[in-house]
Amino acid sequence: MVAALALEDITVTFVSQDGARYTAIKETTLDVAPGEFVSVVGPTGCGKSTLLNVAVGLLQPSAGRIRVFGEPLAGLNRKAGYLFQTEALMPWRTALQNVTAGLEFRKTDASQAVRQAESWLQRVGLAGFGARYPHQLSGGMRKRVALAQTLILDPEIILMDEPFSALDIQTRQLMENELLELWSANRKSVVFITHDLEEAISLSDRVVVLSAGPESHPIGEYQIDLPRPRDVAEIRLTPRFIELHTLIWRAMKEEVLKSYAQQQRQ
Amino acid sequence: MRSSSGSKAALRFWQVAMFVAFLAFWHVATSPTLLPPLYFDNPHKAAFFFGEPLKVLARTWEWFSSGTIYPHLWVTLLETLLAFVIGTVLGLGMGLWLALSPLAAALLDPYIKALNSMPRVILAPIFAVWFGLDIASKVALGVTLVFFIVFFNVYQGVREVSYTVLANARILGASDRQLLRHVYVPSAMSWVFASLHNSVGLAFVGAVVGEYLGSSRGVGYLILQAEGTFDINAVFAGILVLTVFALLLDWAVSLAERRLLVWQPRGGETEKI
Repeated sequence: MVAALALEDITVTFVSQDGARYTAIKETTLDVAPGEFVSVVGPTGCGKSTLLNVAVGLLQPSAGRIRVFGEPLAGLNRKAGYLFQTEALMPWRTALQNVTAGLEFRKTDASQAVRQAESWLQRVGLAGFGARYPHQLSGGMRKRVALAQTLILDPEIILMDEPFSALDIQTRQLMENELLELWSANRKSVVFITHDLEEAISLSDRVVVLSAGPESHPIGEYQIDLPRPRDVAEIRLTPRFIELHTLIWRAMKEEVLKSYAQQQRQ
Repeated sequence: MRSSSGSKAALRFWQVAMFVAFLAFWHVATSPTLLPPLYFDNPHKAAFFFGEPLKVLARTWEWFSSGTIYPHLWVTLLETLLAFVIGTVLGLGMGLWLALSPLAAALLDPYIKALNSMPRVILAPIFAVWFGLDIASKVALGVTLVFFIVFFNVYQGVREVSYTVLANARILGASDRQLLRHVYVPSAMSWVFASLHNSVGLAFVGAVVGEYLGSSRGVGYLILQAEGTFDINAVFAGILVLTVFALLLDWAVSLAERRLLVWQPRGGETEKI
């Protein structure tokens, strides 16, 4: 089977204005199958977001290839949707107008776009909030709008860059459950970036651990054989979850300490 | 609640009281009969230099009741509006162009800085020669004042578009033209609106200064005429009309702003349930 997204030997080196080189990612290979939910975890500053920016085509890798359903990627990845860590909604558009934006850019009929957007707002639990502007919504609601904005285009690959890291723990678990529900209704490939190992295990089919930066690369891959459907709050208490968590944490711990020591030195 | 509305009423009262006290002082100090001349040797000199408030008000009333002021006000208003609209459109266009084309921006940078630091009121006589003494020369002066405010705000607005919002719109499929229309322009417009009070005010300044330096109509012309005949009361009446007019313009801008920038958070905004 052809991978939905294949990153092959990706190396990303940044050159700053004073000529200093920083290799964020080195020789990283990552395949994501159609319909698979993969989480990438790693200590802060290990280049997780860089990897995602390469996958969506916002950043050109210094070396390596990207294939999307077998085709080499040129320019932006048209098959991918991207959920940002920070605020990405257009503040001058209402929630509904933000959700219709992608359809509007694709010149879809306006009344049909509005109908679809309303149904998506309902699906993310925001029916009746369409006329609000982003500043009139809470952080969790804004994330839901962003989710609807991305999913309305029905992307084959969904890239998520720590989308829930700014939310409080209760909202976060609610959003995680909703995400799983939406995903299982229409299984697409997901790459989910997070620094939270529990979040990664409870959501994913597979967890990839990245080493501490610079020259970050995968140091382990773990299949998560927990049964679905899952409730992210409850599954954390099962013995198999704790087993997996212990196993992966052992591999991650050293990298986290390395990353911490590096930050101390700076 | 009560104390805040009470203190607001008290504040209004004192504001009005200050104004009345100022008028009373002005009246008493300039009236030839109420006080013996303290500083001037002639009791009529104070009125000659500073005018008399009652006569200023009477003159203003006369202008409006006889209707002589309206053609002048209309001309000044027309000049202000034209200068504002043309200056804003030019500033918006140039600002977008230079912000999105770094090469052009780098090339033109020293010239824009030079033009902006030049005291542009000095161009008024040149414009009078180029465009004549009719409204075109006043509009041109206003445009040079408005243009730079709008231009710098648009330039800044485009460069401060959030990287995430831009990247998100591109991933959602926006073409370059759609990015311009749906991201750059709305973002720049919020900066233009932030400068609206300034630019409308300067369009007005351009119109009045232009009229004052040479014209046959307009409120600035009225003031110039009155000065020529040492009619200080008419000068003050002209200033009064201009001030009230400027306040009205500013109020209109506030209304427009509130309608057009509904998407921006206002400080301490809460929802009434």
